[in-house]
Amino acid sequence: MKTYTMDKKVFPEFIKLVKSKGKLFGPIKQKNKYSFEEINDSSDLDFDYQRTIIGIKKFLTPPKYKTMIFNKEGTEDVFDGDETNIVIGVHPCDIHSVKILDRLFLANIKDPYYAKKRDNLVIIGHSCLPDDNCLCHSTGTDMVEDGFDLFLTDLGDYYLVWVGSDKGLSLTIAADNLLSEETTEESIRDYVAWQQKRSSMFKKGMPSFKYMADIMNLNYDSDVWEQFGEKCLSCGTCSLVCPTCNCFNVEDIIAMNTEEGFRERQLDSCTLPYYSVVAGDHDFRPNRTARLKLYYTHKLKDYIGRWGQPGCVGCGRCVTYCPVNINVVTVSDALFGEVCETQEVCE
Amino acid sequence: MTEENKIREDHSYRDFPVEIIGLKDLTSDTRYFKVRCLNEDMKNKFNYKPGQFVIFSIPGVGEATFSISSPPTRRDFVEFGMRKVGTFTEAFFKLKEGDVFNMRGPYGNGFEMESLKGRDIIIVAGGLGAVPLRSVLLYAEDRREEFNQVFFLNGARSPDDMLFREDFMAMAARGIVDTRLSVDKDPTGEWPYDVGFVTTLIPQLAEKIKAENTTALICGPPGMYRFVIQELLKLNVPKDQILMTLERRMKCGQGHCGHCVVGGRYTCLDGPIFTYYDVQHEKELI
Repeated sequence: MKTYTMDKKVFPEFIKLVKSKGKLFGPIKQKNKYSFEEINDSSDLDFDYQRTIIGIKKFLTPPKYKTMIFNKEGTEDVFDGDETNIVIGVHPCDIHSVKILDRLFLANIKDPYYAKKRDNLVIIGHSCLPDDNCLCHSTGTDMVEDGFDLFLTDLGDYYLVWVGSDKGLSLTIAADNLLSEETTEESIRDYVAWQQKRSSMFKKGMPSFKYMADIMNLNYDSDVWEQFGEKCLSCGTCSLVCPTCNCFNVEDIIAMNTEEGFRERQLDSCTLPYYSVVAGDHDFRPNRTARLKLYYTHKLKDYIGRWGQPGCVGCGRCVTYCPVNINVVTVSDALFGEVCETQEVCE
Repeated sequence: MTEENKIREDHSYRDFPVEIIGLKDLTSDTRYFKVRCLNEDMKNKFNYKPGQFVIFSIPGVGEATFSISSPPTRRDFVEFGMRKVGTFTEAFFKLKEGDVFNMRGPYGNGFEMESLKGRDIIIVAGGLGAVPLRSVLLYAEDRREEFNQVFFLNGARSPDDMLFREDFMAMAARGIVDTRLSVDKDPTGEWPYDVGFVTTLIPQLAEKIKAENTTALICGPPGMYRFVIQELLKLNVPKDQILMTLERRMKCGQGHCGHCVVGGRYTCLDGPIFTYYDVQHEKELI
């Protein structure tokens, strides 16, 4: 992987250059939360953040988008995403989430709507320091080797710039005068020191995470599910904020004149009622327990069976946002506790 | 052709127009539809396996999934059977002969008919399950020489509720496929075949089949599967030779929308045909 260094003094200029290549988005503070929003210049950016409310999936599978328009004459497919979207400040966990979405939408049957948006997305990653809710250390997604176009590691006065793709390479060629190809002894030392500091900062972990697939299998009928089901509000927040939750519904929406309309994809959640209802009103998952169990077994067990890796990237969004404290940590811990003979074994 | 045009012309959601060339009521709430592709190119390209399904589209109403009821051995048309149960079928039942709508597919794994060559086949259908299994049934009748014994066991609530009743009675008379029809209740007292649940027909085959050379194909209402499977296991039909076709809510048909997941399997990609062996421990199957 090619690396450069970039002095922070020239960062505003770098942003100006990047912005000339497409629509630029980055983390912006809104009240007490962060969100990827369109930015004008480098002063809008706030890299001192842990997680945005919604991850980078909003550029790839937006909460709502049109797939077709129709009127009395006929139908026409709609493929959004003609312009290049560049997102800067993406953390390793979110880059991993894109890799997971890519597998789902592109590896088998290629979804044309996703493919279009993905082709026109440029990802410029940014290093981060964890807070108490970050779990990427346990899920093995705290580092990235690919999945980004450029990645910036903040080493104080300067950035280490990692090139991850051809798109990234052409950006560095354009930014030739802002980057230095020299990697000094000092920058290697800085990088190692930064890595050690970061590793020591992870507090919350899921030691049980690596055997979660087996534990879920063994605990399929555990009372733990009923307890969580009882608490769950079926609000769907977990799916909205989870960077790998992509389930969608499709709905046709007609104008008042009943002569035109559009077909729309809408982000769905398996925790919502009616998720598994078929024609004739038979509901395969009529209660919260069944739906919550689907959410967690699919994410933490079935993904491993299908792709060799869980559908959790440890971003901590469910930990932060579930209003009743149901998240990958509490669910994993409760299930793990069930199979432990004594609490000491668990710890 | 530019990359952009390629996406527009040839993508996995590309649907194509079909014309309704025949329809008739099967029962009070189910109807048979026969369609043909309008697009010449698609007419040749549209190949399918029994057990596969397609997705119909009516702009303004939405999309819905339907099993193909005709066999791939009969060309130039595709048949369906559907019950009026929701908003989509309500709208669809308003269509008349000559009307055109769009369809995409086929989707799903379907039955591997090649792997059934030389075997004894038991087709067990209940109610609406006769629609998808009719594809296998007619395939087996058209290519009878490829299989050893072929049995068709079909159950309905009453004679009036039996889909394709006249067709199946004619089939029983032809005798190419050993056809056994049962109704749960016979208010008229004139039903010439068995009365009782479809499960009661299975023990009749005990002396006839060679269990290790038998494959059973099941489709019916959720409540039917457990009892049919128990009867088949009593005949020692191997668990991995009991093939069941399942129904799920689907929005894409290609493993993206997530609705049809059962125990980590996508009903649209890995199914809708599952072997009993593979799903015997799944609890939210039916």
